[in-house]
Amino acid sequence: MIDIELRKIRNYILKDIDLNIEKGELFVLLGPTGAGKTTLLHVVSGLIPHEGEVLFNGKSVNRTAPRERKVGYVFQNLALFPHLNVKSNIAFGLRAQKWDPARIEKRLKEVLEAMDLIHLADRYPRNLSGGEKQKVALARAIAPSPHILLLDEPFQNIDPRSTKMLRLEFKRLQRDLNISTLFVTHQLPEAEEMADRLAVLNHGRIEQVGTMKQVLSQPQNDFVSSFIGSPNILRCLSCTALGSGLMEADCDGMKIIVPYEGEQVRDIRILPKDVFLSSENPPGPYINRFKGQVTAYQANGALKMITVATGNHLINAEVPEWMASSHHFKVGQEVSVVLKLGKITVSEG
Amino acid sequence: MKRANLEWSALSILSFFLLWEIIARSHVFPSVLFPPPSEVLSAGYDLLRSGVLLKSVGQSLLRVFAGILLGLALALPVGLWMGRHETFDRSLGPIIGLLFPIPGIAWLPLLIVWVGLRPSLPILLIAIVAFFPVVLNVATGVKNVDREAISAARTLGSSELRILLSVILPLSLPFILTGIRIEVALAWRVLVAAEMIAIPTGIGALLSRSESLLQIKAVMVCLGLLSLIGLFMDFSLRHVEKKLTANWRVS
Repeated sequence: MIDIELRKIRNYILKDIDLNIEKGELFVLLGPTGAGKTTLLHVVSGLIPHEGEVLFNGKSVNRTAPRERKVGYVFQNLALFPHLNVKSNIAFGLRAQKWDPARIEKRLKEVLEAMDLIHLADRYPRNLSGGEKQKVALARAIAPSPHILLLDEPFQNIDPRSTKMLRLEFKRLQRDLNISTLFVTHQLPEAEEMADRLAVLNHGRIEQVGTMKQVLSQPQNDFVSSFIGSPNILRCLSCTALGSGLMEADCDGMKIIVPYEGEQVRDIRILPKDVFLSSENPPGPYINRFKGQVTAYQANGALKMITVATGNHLINAEVPEWMASSHHFKVGQEVSVVLKLGKITVSEG
Repeated sequence: MKRANLEWSALSILSFFLLWEIIARSHVFPSVLFPPPSEVLSAGYDLLRSGVLLKSVGQSLLRVFAGILLGLALALPVGLWMGRHETFDRSLGPIIGLLFPIPGIAWLPLLIVWVGLRPSLPILLIAIVAFFPVVLNVATGVKNVDREAISAARTLGSSELRILLSVILPLSLPFILTGIRIEVALAWRVLVAAEMIAIPTGIGALLSRSESLLQIKAVMVCLGLLSLIGLFMDFSLRHVEKKLTANWRVS
């Protein structure tokens, strides 16, 4: 297994990138188009020139040619070889690395089986669906047993209904292979689902590095918080430990129970999508439930952003359209607000 | 070609010969100058039996193949290089652009002076004519190869030579073959012209000799043969192209 270290990486897009990817980690690069995510993958694979140093297991690979870096790369357009069938696409790396024919056959069979591609072995890329192409590209990348896996928005051109499955399958595969992985995406939900840790990139800079939970609960700057969809932040004045890992935080009149074992809570954060609204008093325990009044209502695609005044706070809730219309939310209406306990994150005072 | 198309073509060609036969036999024109196809055919048979025809065609074909091979041998590496390296492309492109418009046969006087009337003369002439379309098509083909496919091959552990042989060349094959088809057609034209003007052997020479002896049937035999050979070559090249790329090309 390999850990990756990037030191002061700089080129026409990237500005002083420092990053450590641990052994076996699934590390996500998240950011808008043009942030430099693909460029960073090119740097790690050695495809483009740059300043600064790339280290695999502490050793600089700056002078190592791409073909000797043992990197499996799934490109954004997948870059399958159109003139080769599935089998030959997957065997390409094995042949290039001069494996002996018997070993190639064995490995080919293994990979085709593992990726469930046997029935497609003789097809050409033009006769594959998006999902099938994606699998072939992944199979081709992992066939030579690379030390590092790089994926550039691999699920981008696939029917959204099947991406969820592919993502889960990929995550399991990544665990099984135990391979250090850099995964590029511009979609937050994809990052949430995949990432052990992630870096948020913008304009060639790293805005924040951490676990998804850290980034969601403590966005380090305006860019990150606007990119991930700003959470509700409630300042806390005092708090009382309740035992069994829970704490009651008094946030300017709202008594909110949070899962927390530390000393002092500075503020609590909850994303609008984790705030539950109801026009009637909902069933269930009376934890973190407040009365409030709708003060603003705006459409945001298939989602409605509803602002509710409760006590001295304004809380934003993101509600799917079907739910909003079944509750007939409107400005001025009395509603119940529930902050989902498990989704609240806490920053220490 | 579809079967119905094929039948239609056969019918159309048959009518052409039939009409020709009728007009020729009606003696509207003197039959020495306008013989019917049946007599052309029998003249062809005589030429074939005497061995003159085969010898002439053989000489011409040999020149065409040698010239094309020489042209290809020069054009392929230059085209590849141009496709891969922008500086080279930008430097050589204008020069090729300058020389390409010169009609092939116009090179003949210069070559006669430089090389003399040797057997290598027509071969060199064809090579020059063949060079340009292949260079341009190869360069275009190489430039069209998906850069990510090349990067993929590179990260998969390919040497530059392997990338060239198993990614770049096969992917630019459709362009290269188009270049070769244009090349073959041009080569025939320039060769026949050269043989008529300067070189005393080959099918072009047979053509002009027959003309000077007023052997119109022999002239027509040569024309028919040129048509057939041209058709056959184009057909074979299209067939090769289909065999090599039909599996994967997205139409």
